[in-house]
Amino acid sequence: MIRSITQLKPAEEIERLLDGMGRVFIIGCGTCVTLTQTGGMPEVEAMKNELSEKGKVVTGTTVVPVACDNLTIDILNDIQSPVKQADALLIMTCAYGVQTIGHQINKTVIPALNTLFIGKESGAGQFNEVCKQCGTCVIGETGGICPVTACHKGLVNGPCGGTNNGKCEIDANKDCAWTSIYNRLSELGRLDSMRTYQKPRNHLGEPSPGKFEIPME
Amino acid sequence: MPSAFKKALDSGKFIVTCEAAPGKGTNLENMKHHIELLKDKVDAMNVTDHQSSVMRFPSLGGAILVKEMGGEPILQMTCRDRNRMALQADLLFASSRGVNNVLCLTGDSVMLGDHKEAKPVFDLDSSQLVAAVRTMEKGKDMAGNELDGGVRFCAGAIVTPEANPIEPQLIKFEKKLEAGSEFIQTQAVYDMDNFKTFMEYARQFPVKILAGIILLTSAPMARFMNKNVAGVTVPHGLIDEMASAPKGGALKKGIEIAGRMVRQIKEENICDGVHIMAIGKEEKVVDIMEAAGLL
Repeated sequence: MIRSITQLKPAEEIERLLDGMGRVFIIGCGTCVTLTQTGGMPEVEAMKNELSEKGKVVTGTTVVPVACDNLTIDILNDIQSPVKQADALLIMTCAYGVQTIGHQINKTVIPALNTLFIGKESGAGQFNEVCKQCGTCVIGETGGICPVTACHKGLVNGPCGGTNNGKCEIDANKDCAWTSIYNRLSELGRLDSMRTYQKPRNHLGEPSPGKFEIPME
Repeated sequence: MPSAFKKALDSGKFIVTCEAAPGKGTNLENMKHHIELLKDKVDAMNVTDHQSSVMRFPSLGGAILVKEMGGEPILQMTCRDRNRMALQADLLFASSRGVNNVLCLTGDSVMLGDHKEAKPVFDLDSSQLVAAVRTMEKGKDMAGNELDGGVRFCAGAIVTPEANPIEPQLIKFEKKLEAGSEFIQTQAVYDMDNFKTFMEYARQFPVKILAGIILLTSAPMARFMNKNVAGVTVPHGLIDEMASAPKGGALKKGIEIAGRMVRQIKEENICDGVHIMAIGKEEKVVDIMEAAGLL
């Protein structure tokens, strides 16, 4: 299953964003951020204690099941006064959750997390980015491994000179995409597709901001 | 008309290239000193493009300076900082100012340099940049539009003969040749037996290969490269030789080793020439060439 991968913002940044806002309501989410331990119940509780120690009045907290679902607003409406009393909502979800809530309630929303990438859980507690949603998928020729995402430079014709023992030049803990692609294509007997020169990529897949509508009759 | 460097490549003589590295700022005195010292001794000088992703005076400005001073520049162009529009525009500018040699590189990660938060570009890769040069020489830009006034370049690329694993690297190398590379400068090589094995493979292609020679300045510097520079392996024997130098004599020993390697490459006709990288000690290129018996 794909997950929104997040990381807690530095305490100083959260403090700056909440400057002048004495009363804060904190919202977590029961889906991705619970799994990544960045915005589940324990993290919301810890944030509540931290803000209280810094002199903020925490008017209440909640952990909604799926923050990016449009039904989240119904839960917040049911909570009523603790939400209404708050000067700001400190939201410990990914940016999808923050924006979903921000569009539906007339309150200042402050993200407590940075959204890093949309990732796949590849093992217990391990998450990897496997797709950048570029709109011009090339993995039919790369053994099903995306070089646009898995290569730090998004190269489509093979490795750069920084590849080292199958690892990336920026981080020895990250695999070199082109070593992985070479190994996969080699196993499949399809190295010819790696030998084929790839033209410069089409960056016009879906001009940002992406928008999609199901055609109606 | 072919560039002077292209003519030298085609002449069959043993080629020597070196580097002229622009500094950070508008004080070009150090670079001018190196150009003055080397321009008549080497076949061409590579002008580096924000080497190691550290922001500096631009390679195109440096290449024009080499040209103005009577040298033969090789413009290094990375794909790190410019998209295909900016790269093509700079190629037009280079051509208009008589800079007619280009080395096409992907470029180091932005994260490895001094502007770590900058946006990396990598719109093209090195093989695509070589192909773009060839497209422009046919009078069209990459979008297929006519150019009013064309370009002519001697275009090259690089290879890392000691990369591990080597196979993916060689596939990329062959793509760079298919795209139209006329010369290849290699990452530093120190183990001549390994390099000969690479050359046995590379000789099948009609391309000129210049072996990369990085001047060793001390035993710790050699160990540092082994640990931190991808695709560079300094054999233990050479590190011991560096360590055996008397106090204060390490640089002299490094020059002796580099000169010896250049001499061996030339005498045994291992490849077509050398690309000497003295990284910050460019004036020592003269000493290396003397040690190799080239001057």
